[in-house]
Amino acid sequence: MTPSSRLTPYLYVLPLAALLGFVFGYPLLKIFEFSFKMVRGIDGPWIGMRNYQLVLGQSLFWEAVLHNLQLLLAIPVMVAISLIVSVLLSERVVGWKLYRIIVFVPFVLAIPIVAVVMKRMFQFSGPVNELLRWMSLDFMALDWIGSSDVALWTVMILIIWRESALGIILFLARLLSLDESVIEAAKIDGAGWWHRLWHIILPEMRGVIEFYVVVSVITMLAAVFSYIYIMGGGRGGPGTSTEVVELYIFNALIRSSLPGIASAASVLLFLVTGLLIFLLFKVRQRAEAA
Amino acid sequence: MRGNALQLGNVVKQTVLLLASFLALVPTIYMVVTALKSDEEYAIDKLGPPDAPVLDNFYAVLVESPFLHWMLNSTILVAGSVILSTTISVLGAYAIATMRFRGRDTLLAVSTSLMAVPPVVMIVPLFVLYTRLGMVSTYFGAILIYAGLITPFSVYLLVTFFRTVPRELYEAAHIDGAGQFTILMKVVLPLSLPALVTLVVVNSLYVWNDLLIAIIFLQDDAKRTLMAGISVFSGRYNNQVPLTMAGMVIASAPMFMLYVLFQKQFIRGLMSGAIK
Repeated sequence: MTPSSRLTPYLYVLPLAALLGFVFGYPLLKIFEFSFKMVRGIDGPWIGMRNYQLVLGQSLFWEAVLHNLQLLLAIPVMVAISLIVSVLLSERVVGWKLYRIIVFVPFVLAIPIVAVVMKRMFQFSGPVNELLRWMSLDFMALDWIGSSDVALWTVMILIIWRESALGIILFLARLLSLDESVIEAAKIDGAGWWHRLWHIILPEMRGVIEFYVVVSVITMLAAVFSYIYIMGGGRGGPGTSTEVVELYIFNALIRSSLPGIASAASVLLFLVTGLLIFLLFKVRQRAEAA
Repeated sequence: MRGNALQLGNVVKQTVLLLASFLALVPTIYMVVTALKSDEEYAIDKLGPPDAPVLDNFYAVLVESPFLHWMLNSTILVAGSVILSTTISVLGAYAIATMRFRGRDTLLAVSTSLMAVPPVVMIVPLFVLYTRLGMVSTYFGAILIYAGLITPFSVYLLVTFFRTVPRELYEAAHIDGAGQFTILMKVVLPLSLPALVTLVVVNSLYVWNDLLIAIIFLQDDAKRTLMAGISVFSGRYNNQVPLTMAGMVIASAPMFMLYVLFQKQFIRGLMSGAIK
């Protein structure tokens, strides 16, 4: 091997390493440093754990954490919806290809667009409440957007509506790759629909369901900013009723210009999701092996 | 008896799927129908079809709001970041998949695990750095961040794909005297077209739809992306619902048309991009 050919691989991966180093490496190191500093402008003095004490001592932060945790409640609903729809599609009922295109539409529309539309639909004087009143369900005609007791649940409806589309497609891909002869054999043996679903299909789908759950957990904890920001008219809310950790970081950085505080919150979020990433790859390995 | 039960089962299945399809389409239907109504008509009738469809709202949106300008900005960012990221990822993934060198496996492992790091974690230091360098509200600055964020997925997908290319192909080309770069361009890339299409679809959708990076790193009115523009637009015309919906129809039109045209690539791409 000539020296130049030994260098060749490094020339190929150099731009990659530089880009990842800049966009991921530098920030991931810097948030730890900043989180122990009082940053004003571009840098500042070391202040030990003060940022963490401030963040962890603030009720707003814990409210945000609690809201992220509340969003996790959407996941079982998403899994159930995705399972029902994908299993039905996989049976190739009449028109299933058209249904497949349609049920995936929510995932193609951008979150900000859907959030603007949903917000108008759920306005107090909007079409959803009009429909409910028309059906004489007046007690259900809530102030979906404007009431701080309901606002986060309304965001959750939107999240379930959109993220279920991903579950359907993931599950359907797995279902269509199943060995049909096993299912056919069960049919011939006289196994009913529920029996086949419960004892033959579901066990085969464990891997993909676990994968979807972990991806969704990460979404709920660290990727709901667009939903919250738009539904809350550019700041979340009303008040702090839809505050989440991402919004907390955003406000600390942009509105209050406190990079140190924002970094401490980022570190906490990173460590929690880091734990989940570890879990994710464990699950993926198993899903791929299956 | 059994035939009846079977039929009943089919009715139930069709009903469930029809309901799911209806729910999936409701916001789109509402958006389009409302955009065709006048303010007066919407005030009385929020559910029904428009009695006398008007196109005034679309006209007003295009005249009063810089939707086309925002779309142009988004297009610049999508094109810039996807081209940059794809080029860098192809080179890196090719070396990882076909060459032996120290640190190769570590690089792949690190790159792959970065896929699951939420973007919000990276914004604070980058924003502080960009402020110092005067790179806030520059296309280049935002393109660099977007390119970085989509690269781990690109590398993962390309390495997986390049590894499925039979080794004999490389070796044959090598014996013919072709250098690494020639092999990559003439042999590997043409074979990788399906993977590249998937990659471009997923990554374009990600950059086009992003809001977080857009509102933090492109604060200038002139640099605003479509998604950031939407958040301003919907706040400004809060009470004019039909006008707002006309804006949303215009904003969703490009991706919607692409989806109808390329639904196979979209579905395949998003299935593999599920990790984002």
